[in-house]
Amino acid sequence: MRNIGGILLAVPLALATLAGAAESPTGEALEFFETKIRPVLAVNCYTCHSAEAKTRMGGLSLDTRDGIREGGLRGHAVVPGDVEGSIVLQALRYDGTLKMPPTGKLPDEVIANFEEWIKMGAPDPREVKVKQAASTIDVERGRQYWAFVPPQNKPLPAVADASWPLGAIDHHVLAGMEKRGLRPAPDAEKTDLLRRVTFDLTGLPPTAEEVDAFLQDKDESAYRRVVDRLLESDRFGERWGRHWLDVVRYADTIGRTRNYPFPVAWRYRDYVIQSFNEDKPYDRFVQEQIAGDLLPFDSPEQRMDNQIATGFLAIGANDLNEPDAKQFDMDVADEMINVSTRSMLALSVGCARCHDHKFDPIPTKDYYALATIFRSSELRNGLRRRPQFGAGYFHPNRLVSLDGLPDYSSADGAAIRAERDRIWTALLAAQKARDRTKTRALTRELREVPLPENLAIGVTEAGETAALKVNIGGDPHTLGEPVEAGFVQVLYPADAELPPIKKGDSGRLQLAEWLTRRDNPLTARVMANRVWHHLFGKGLVATVDNFGSSGRQPTNQALLDYLAVQFMDQEWSVKSLIREIVSSRAYRLSTGFDKDNFESDPDNDYLWRANLRRLEVESLRDSVLFVSGELEVGPPPPSPIYEIDPNQQFRTAGGSLKSWELEESYRSVYVPVIRNHGNRFFEVFDFPEPSETHGTRDITTGPSQALFMMNSDFVRTHALTAAERLLASRSNDEARVRTMFRQVLSRDPSAEESNKAVTHVRATMAGLDTEPRPESAVVAEQEWVRGLLAVALDREPHGDEMTSAMETVKAVRRSVERDADSVSGDPTVVAAQRVVSEFLGRAPSREERSKVSKYLREKQASARKAKERLLAVASANPEHEAWSRLYHALFNSAEFRYRN
Amino acid sequence: MMQHMLSDRRGFLRTAAAGFGYTAFAGLAAMDSLQANGAKNPLLPKAPHFDPKAKRVIFMFMQGGPTQHDTFDYNPELIKYAGKHSEMKLAIGTQGGKILPPAFEFKRSGESGLPIAEIFPHLRQHADEMCLLNGMHTDSPAHPQASIFAHTGSITFVRPSIGAWVVYGLGTENQDLPGFVTINPPAVGGALLYGSAFLPASYQGTRLNVVEGQDPVENIRNARMGFDVQRKELDFVQQLNRGMLDRTEGDDQVEGVIQSYELAFRMQSAVPEAMDLSSEPESVRSAYGLDEDASRNFGTQCLLARRMAEKGVRFIEIGHRGWDQHNSLRQRLKANADATDKPIAALIADLKQRGMLDETLIVWGGEFGRSTYEQNDKSDGRRHNNRGFTMWMAGGGIKGGIRHGRSDEHGVAVENRVHTHDLHATILHQLGLDHERLTYRYAGRDFRLTDVHGRVVKEILA
Repeated sequence: MRNIGGILLAVPLALATLAGAAESPTGEALEFFETKIRPVLAVNCYTCHSAEAKTRMGGLSLDTRDGIREGGLRGHAVVPGDVEGSIVLQALRYDGTLKMPPTGKLPDEVIANFEEWIKMGAPDPREVKVKQAASTIDVERGRQYWAFVPPQNKPLPAVADASWPLGAIDHHVLAGMEKRGLRPAPDAEKTDLLRRVTFDLTGLPPTAEEVDAFLQDKDESAYRRVVDRLLESDRFGERWGRHWLDVVRYADTIGRTRNYPFPVAWRYRDYVIQSFNEDKPYDRFVQEQIAGDLLPFDSPEQRMDNQIATGFLAIGANDLNEPDAKQFDMDVADEMINVSTRSMLALSVGCARCHDHKFDPIPTKDYYALATIFRSSELRNGLRRRPQFGAGYFHPNRLVSLDGLPDYSSADGAAIRAERDRIWTALLAAQKARDRTKTRALTRELREVPLPENLAIGVTEAGETAALKVNIGGDPHTLGEPVEAGFVQVLYPADAELPPIKKGDSGRLQLAEWLTRRDNPLTARVMANRVWHHLFGKGLVATVDNFGSSGRQPTNQALLDYLAVQFMDQEWSVKSLIREIVSSRAYRLSTGFDKDNFESDPDNDYLWRANLRRLEVESLRDSVLFVSGELEVGPPPPSPIYEIDPNQQFRTAGGSLKSWELEESYRSVYVPVIRNHGNRFFEVFDFPEPSETHGTRDITTGPSQALFMMNSDFVRTHALTAAERLLASRSNDEARVRTMFRQVLSRDPSAEESNKAVTHVRATMAGLDTEPRPESAVVAEQEWVRGLLAVALDREPHGDEMTSAMETVKAVRRSVERDADSVSGDPTVVAAQRVVSEFLGRAPSREERSKVSKYLREKQASARKAKERLLAVASANPEHEAWSRLYHALFNSAEFRYRN
Repeated sequence: MMQHMLSDRRGFLRTAAAGFGYTAFAGLAAMDSLQANGAKNPLLPKAPHFDPKAKRVIFMFMQGGPTQHDTFDYNPELIKYAGKHSEMKLAIGTQGGKILPPAFEFKRSGESGLPIAEIFPHLRQHADEMCLLNGMHTDSPAHPQASIFAHTGSITFVRPSIGAWVVYGLGTENQDLPGFVTINPPAVGGALLYGSAFLPASYQGTRLNVVEGQDPVENIRNARMGFDVQRKELDFVQQLNRGMLDRTEGDDQVEGVIQSYELAFRMQSAVPEAMDLSSEPESVRSAYGLDEDASRNFGTQCLLARRMAEKGVRFIEIGHRGWDQHNSLRQRLKANADATDKPIAALIADLKQRGMLDETLIVWGGEFGRSTYEQNDKSDGRRHNNRGFTMWMAGGGIKGGIRHGRSDEHGVAVENRVHTHDLHATILHQLGLDHERLTYRYAGRDFRLTDVHGRVVKEILA
């Protein structure tokens, strides 16, 4: 018997009017109901007013006790004991506007029975639990969908042109083409191929020397050796690690409404990069990320990696300001379900949170089976929801402590540890005592103590299995049937032997095992497809994060299945998979256009040519740095986020947020990713929103991108640096142009291009002397000179004073432009000194000198920040300036932004 | 076939330079070099199918599913049935709930007496310009799908955004600014909301950000080179690009990059002027709410929209987020109203005063609406509802002071229903475009914004 009262609040059909109905009706009363009332209701009313039949006209269901008493839109159908208040009686009497049943008035004796029944207190045994809507999903049928049947290797398809394929991949690709009357494009030029494979495998262009060497190397094995070299390079993991970071929504802050940093998320980032460099078997990689903390280990280092790997589950965007604790816990689990299923299975199981999945055979029950697993785990992201009494959001105790590292390695480590423990204990006590002042003070004190060095973001076991019930409609307060930990049913046969989950375990270890079994129909396919996507620009299943029925169907399933099986056979080696794909002829085609092919397959779904591919923003930025010689490669720097007070929120654009991507020279993959603050450089070039899985990126073309390339200090500065390097060695103009083309575009210029480039450089050089300076530079110069005069004169300068001062500055600028050594010292300082002396008509006093130099220092500091110079000389050296402009032009060419 | 409205260069320049501080030199240089490079400019104005009522669109996208019951859809049934249970299951698997009365009082507004919630005191004054579409319905109750659908008319496939279709159909009046601008687009849906899909890349929306303390368009000036020097560099670059275009036999991506550079070059002179709100008189800035924290962001967007409308931008989308009120509806809706009421009202008044309202079609709305009933019995909120919601239009040849459509006590549109496809057809119609004739051939068939659907809502046309 369901209890009445407060508990009912948790039931969606909030039956607050059920007072007094708790006691069981007597046998006599029941018999009255069963013989005189129920049959009448069933025959005359249920067709239109029944919960069971889902026809609740007027919002009324008469087939349950709760329903008849709650009533519909007009009010309570039956109020026990109150005949006049019971609308059902008004309707039966046929004397008002409401007349029921619509087929005609029932006999008077029936109506009298209803009156009597209501007077008796309307005894009604028809108790039903509020039910989850019955699942209508046919899982068994769902298992027949192509993606849910484990991949099988089929015999190679026959092809007409047997001389074309180099291997199995080519057989499949060619068969697909021939079926549609498409002909493959010719093979790519050597230079195109080198640029393509170098970008695809490392995210960087080949060097001018590498271009040269590859062109010279006529040996058959030349390409194979290039591929081997690239796969062995540490740059490989930085490129492919970043692909994975897109999928796992990597970020260095939590995002949402309380955007606190993840001070040690970078450990997970570096782990990902390292895993790709080591060619860690993908099944192992999956297992570590889901359940690394539970895996056996051979060494302390491996144990540490295993712990760090679970950062995968912990770096999600959760709302620390969620007021409802239950909701928050379910949101955290939801986030983990989403990232796991979308990244590893390309299924949006998250859709089944509120209702059975609308497109795929995933019942709500499966969702809560997975939720049980994640709710039985503990999120350790260092942050807490809505801290009370002035405590901070961050505390290191809420992170994972790595077993292999000491918390403090320095000599006074013990003292620091003791200090931290002391404050922490006092803080807990203060919170318990609800002492806001003390809590605040202790939180501040805690910030002064250095962070332990052995922290990572991740998850651990909660210690007990969560007892979850289905949340009806996704509402954590409206509970349905209890569930047990489990997996996605449609992905295994009904009689499959599943890894058993012991009581007390979360089930993550078993989930990890299940995900990586050979008969899991999706794991290998999904990853093989992701790899294919990154090498061809489009997956064999174009919707790489969605293999469900609302995603796109595979363009060549036999090929996808071949790759998946091959991937597993090669011990899940990502590098082997990549090696096989890039060695295929299909990968090595040119981008050559063909009208007939284009008309029947404009999207190149069947790969009759190579796709012209836009460089991602990381490759674009890294290439500019690479060409200029400024790119720092080698071991990653510690993340700048580690240095930021973890109790400081990323609230305003100005505060803790820096333009690391412009100021630093490390590879883009190491630039911190701040949620809610789209890094504008990255954002303009389509960096994905980092709160959700993005296996593919947008490719937009807009004037904002052109403006960045044309006008940013970033491109300009690196063009200057590149030119400086170029001019360091003696060479003729033509050779220089060739080097530049090889560096920037990975090819030699045509004779015409070379001529035009040389002409462009010479014309620039000749014109520099008379070149009108851009208005903005003139304005900037005027501004600082005006400020200078104001400081020196202690008043605003007059117009004629400004004119005369500008003449002096111009003279200095001219002489520097003609000969860099004509003034000794910083030209800006020299110009400023001259201006000030001229105006004072004497040497400035010490006090005046210090005022002026303070002003100059400030101005220069802010100009340096904007990578500008106060005295905007074109360049100390016209040759340098002119060649830098050619670099600038090449960086601005469309070709630089593509690999073909 | 569409014809270029202005074929001669003089006429073109006249249009391009119309009404703002255009640097003639830069313009001429750009045109010369454009022609020298043989580039065709896909943004040149084109003739519509028939006489247009509106020249441009300002689409105010309120992301999250704004509640109609507490804003622009006065429904007395909600008061009558308040507290009663609605069994309507608006989305699969969800439950009904207790019907919530409007959170705010509705007031008769303007001569027409349109009922509008009290939280829009400024906008209410323009009721006689507004046409409330109370019978809207759409296909999906999920944010990403419905947002994409509201912009592209498709959930399943990647399709061009309505702004891209419009610029494809009409070109744009000002060659120095993008034809399709979107300010602060929602993250949900991403670039799909302003993408051009299979249409040429030049029709993509250009995204601007209005964030306090940042320029809406960065890197708009070159600190080193004047326009003429820069032009020379660009000429050199475009020669290289032309080589690539030849090698790729006219690849659309390369063409898109070429065009984006030309537009960027021209924007350098036009944008600073267009974006400089400091030249607006204090009275205007204050009318748009720029001196109040709550309304500054959206006020800035509205004022920018007016300036861009004036300068001939064809399709301007501005955005406000946070209408997804599953809880704290009263408080959060009030905050949204405070952020948008003044700016929208000022925009309407301003356009009217400048004689531009008739030729500017304003469209307000989100991806769907909300349920009449509660989220649950603990939170003051409403659920998603794609089966009935409200959008409104003003200006652009639309009848003002009317309500079109009605929803019942469950929030389902029951009378004069207008589907998202119908809305799209109507917007195109006001611009002089027949939604059935605005097609693009791709992969062997003709595509339309409205696919095989859409009906122009003739009843609301002035």
